[in-house]
Amino acid sequence: MDLSTTNFIGDLVREYSPYSWVASIVNGVIAIVAIMAVGVGPSPMLIWWERKVAAFTQARLGPMRVGPWGLLQTVCDVIKLLFKELITPHGADKLLFFLAPALPLTGSFLVLAVIPWDHNLQVANPGMGVPFIIAVSSLGILGTLLAGWSSNNKFSLLGALRCGAQMISYEVSLSLIMLFVVLMSGSADVREIVLSQQGNVTDWWIIKAPFLGIAAFVMYMISATAELNRGPFDMSEAEQELTAGFHTEYSSTAFAMFFLAEYINMVATSALASVFFLGGFLPFAFPDFGFAPIVGVVASINGALAILPGFFWMAGKILFLITLFMFFRWTYPRPRVDQLMSLEWKFLLPANLILLGLGAVFIAFGLILP
Amino acid sequence: MEMVKRPLPAGFQKVSGDDNTEEYFINMGPQHPATHGVLRLVLRLDGETVRECVPHLGYIHRGIEKQAESETYLQYVHLTDRMDYLTSHMNNHSVCMAIEKAVGIGVPDRAEYIRVMVLELNRISSHLMMFGCFGGDLGAQTALLYGFKEREVITDIFDELCGARLTMNYFRPGGVANDIPDTFIARVKKVIVDVERTLEEFDRLITGNVIIQERSRGIGILTREDAIAYGCTGCVLRASGVPYDLRKDDPYSIYDRLDFDVPTKQNGDSFDRYVIHIDEIRQSIRILQQCIEQIPEGPYRSKEKPSYRLPAGSYYAATETAKGIFGTYVVAEKGDKPWRIHSRSPNFANLSPIGKMVKGHMIADVVTVITTLDILIPDIDR
Repeated sequence: MDLSTTNFIGDLVREYSPYSWVASIVNGVIAIVAIMAVGVGPSPMLIWWERKVAAFTQARLGPMRVGPWGLLQTVCDVIKLLFKELITPHGADKLLFFLAPALPLTGSFLVLAVIPWDHNLQVANPGMGVPFIIAVSSLGILGTLLAGWSSNNKFSLLGALRCGAQMISYEVSLSLIMLFVVLMSGSADVREIVLSQQGNVTDWWIIKAPFLGIAAFVMYMISATAELNRGPFDMSEAEQELTAGFHTEYSSTAFAMFFLAEYINMVATSALASVFFLGGFLPFAFPDFGFAPIVGVVASINGALAILPGFFWMAGKILFLITLFMFFRWTYPRPRVDQLMSLEWKFLLPANLILLGLGAVFIAFGLILP
Repeated sequence: MEMVKRPLPAGFQKVSGDDNTEEYFINMGPQHPATHGVLRLVLRLDGETVRECVPHLGYIHRGIEKQAESETYLQYVHLTDRMDYLTSHMNNHSVCMAIEKAVGIGVPDRAEYIRVMVLELNRISSHLMMFGCFGGDLGAQTALLYGFKEREVITDIFDELCGARLTMNYFRPGGVANDIPDTFIARVKKVIVDVERTLEEFDRLITGNVIIQERSRGIGILTREDAIAYGCTGCVLRASGVPYDLRKDDPYSIYDRLDFDVPTKQNGDSFDRYVIHIDEIRQSIRILQQCIEQIPEGPYRSKEKPSYRLPAGSYYAATETAKGIFGTYVVAEKGDKPWRIHSRSPNFANLSPIGKMVKGHMIADVVTVITTLDILIPDIDR
C-alpha cells in the first residue's frame, strides 16, 4: 500500500455513503478545522513565547502574574482585544477596510495546507507545491496594501506602500531560494523535497549541498524576516516612525486578525524553512561517517530518536526557527527603508542568482554530498 | 477629480512645483511614539523624503516662569525639577547658584563635592537614558531596556539621597538639603564599576553595529557655524566641533579643581552626537573617582534660612547640564519673591535647527535626529 495516498477518513465515509461528494465535504471540513487548529492554536503560546524571549534578551522576567510563568497572560490579552470597540475611521472605505485583515490570514492558511507535517499528515499535496506556495503567499501583500489604502490615514498609507515594495522585492529572492531547493531535490512537490533529505543530518539540504546550502539558508532567513514584516525589518509598522504603520487605524478583532496573521505566517515560513533545509518531519539522526567503532552506537541512538513521530520533529524544528526569528527581532536595530531595498536588489538578488547558477554547476559535476 | 486647494500650514512657504509627484503634509506628533513627549513636527513630504520640517511647541506649557513670580525663591527651586526632569539636580543647581550670587552665601567644601558628585551621577543617568532612547528609536528595543537598567541603579541612589526618583530636589542655596548617607560613597563606587562594564556592552551592542552606523552616519549634519548661530549647547555643539563646556570654559563650583576632558567630534552628524554622550559618561566617571578620593569632612550647608531675600537687581547663573547650558536669570525687587525669572533652556536652542538638519532626509532620519538632539519637551515649553 502506498502510504502517501492513504485517506483513512475519506475511505471510511466512502464505505458507508453512496455519494462521493459526502466524502469530499467531510474531508474538506476536517482539513479546514485541522489547518485552523494548527494555525490559530499555537499562536497564543507563540505570543507568550515571544514575550518571554524578549524578556530574556532584555534581562527581565516578562509576564509572570497571570497563571504559572504568565502562561495565561495571552488569554487575557485576547479576551481584552476581542471585547474592544471595533472602530471604523472617518472616511474609510468600509468594504476594503474590513476585507483587508482577512486576506493575510487566508494566504497563510493556504500555505499551511500544503505543508507535510508527517508521513501521512498533509491536507493537500499538489505536484506543483512550491509554485503554489509562492503564489498564495502574495495574498498577504494585498491585505496590507488594502489596509493602508482604505484607512484614510497617511501613516497607514506610508506603511502599506513600504510594505508592498518590501514584500514584492523580497518575494523575488525567496522564490529564487525555493527554486534552488527545487533544483537540488529535483522536485517541486513539497513532500518529495522532504523525502529527498532522508538519511542523517548530512542529508539535509543545509549540509548536503556543500556551502551553498548554508548560504541559501541564511539568505532564506533574512528574506523571510523581511517577508514576514517582522523586526528588524518591520518597515511597514515601524512604531518609532509611523506609529503603527498599516494597522494604525485597526482595533479589536480586525487588529487581532493582523496580529494572528503575523504569527501564523511565522509558523508557515518556519515550516517551509524546515521542509526545505532541515529535513521537515524527518527525525534528527547523527551521521556515523562509516567509522566502524561508532556505527552501532549511532544506529541505536538514531533508532531511539526516530521513535518520536514526525509531527514532533516538525514542531521542534519550527519552534527552533521561530525562536531564531524572535532573537533577530529583539537584537537588531531597524535599517532605513531605502537601505532595506538596496540590500535586496543590490546584494540578495545577485547573490541568489549566483547561488542558483552554482547549484546547477554542483549538480552537473556531482558535487552534492552522497 | 478636482484638487481641493487648502491653505498651507503655519510656517510653510509655498510648495514649489514638480508636476509628477504631489507633496503632502504629515503631522508627526503631538502624540507620536518617537517625539519624546508632545512635540509636534509638521513635515512636508515628497514620498518618504522630507522637504521641510517645522516644529510646533506649546503642548505642555505649564507657565512655570509665571508661577515663579508668586513663589518664594526657595519654592522656585522645586519648580525647576519639572522642566528637564532628567537633569533635575542641574536645574536646581543653576537656581541655587543665582541665589547664592545675589545673597552672597558661600558653599562649604563638602557641599560642593557632594553637589558635583550628584551632578555627575545625574549627567550619567541622563546620558544613559539618551543611549536607551537612541537604540529604541532606531528599532533596537533591547537597548532601551539596557539603558534603563543601569539608570535604575543611579535612580536608587537619588531615592536614598532625597526621597525622590524623578523630580529629585536636593540642592538648596548654600549647600544641599542633608548630608550624604553612609552608604552613598560605596554605592557610587559600585555604579562606577557597573557603568564601565555596561559601556563596553553598549559599544558591542550599538556603537559598533553596522545598521546603527548606516543609519546615523552623515544623517542630520549640523555645521559648526549653524550650531553656533542657533545657540546650540552641550553635546550637540561639541559634536559639531566646538569644544565649549561651561565646566571648563567658565568653571563654577569646584570643576576647576578636577581633571577631565571635553570630548569633541568634528562631523556634527547623528553618530557623532551619540558617541559624544558615551564619551561624556566616561569623563563623568573620572570626575566621580576624583571626588570620592578628595571629599572632605565638614558642614553640608551654610546660612540655612526658611526664605531668602534678594537685594534688588538682576542675577544670572548658568550650569552645564547633560543637555547643554541651563541659565537662570532672576530680576529681583524687594521681598522674598522674584519680579521675573527666566530660564534659558538648552533644549529649546538645540531643537531649533531641526528644520535645517532633516531637510532632504527620510522620515526615519527625522527620528534619528530628534533622538540624538536629546531634547525634552517639558523643558522647551516650561
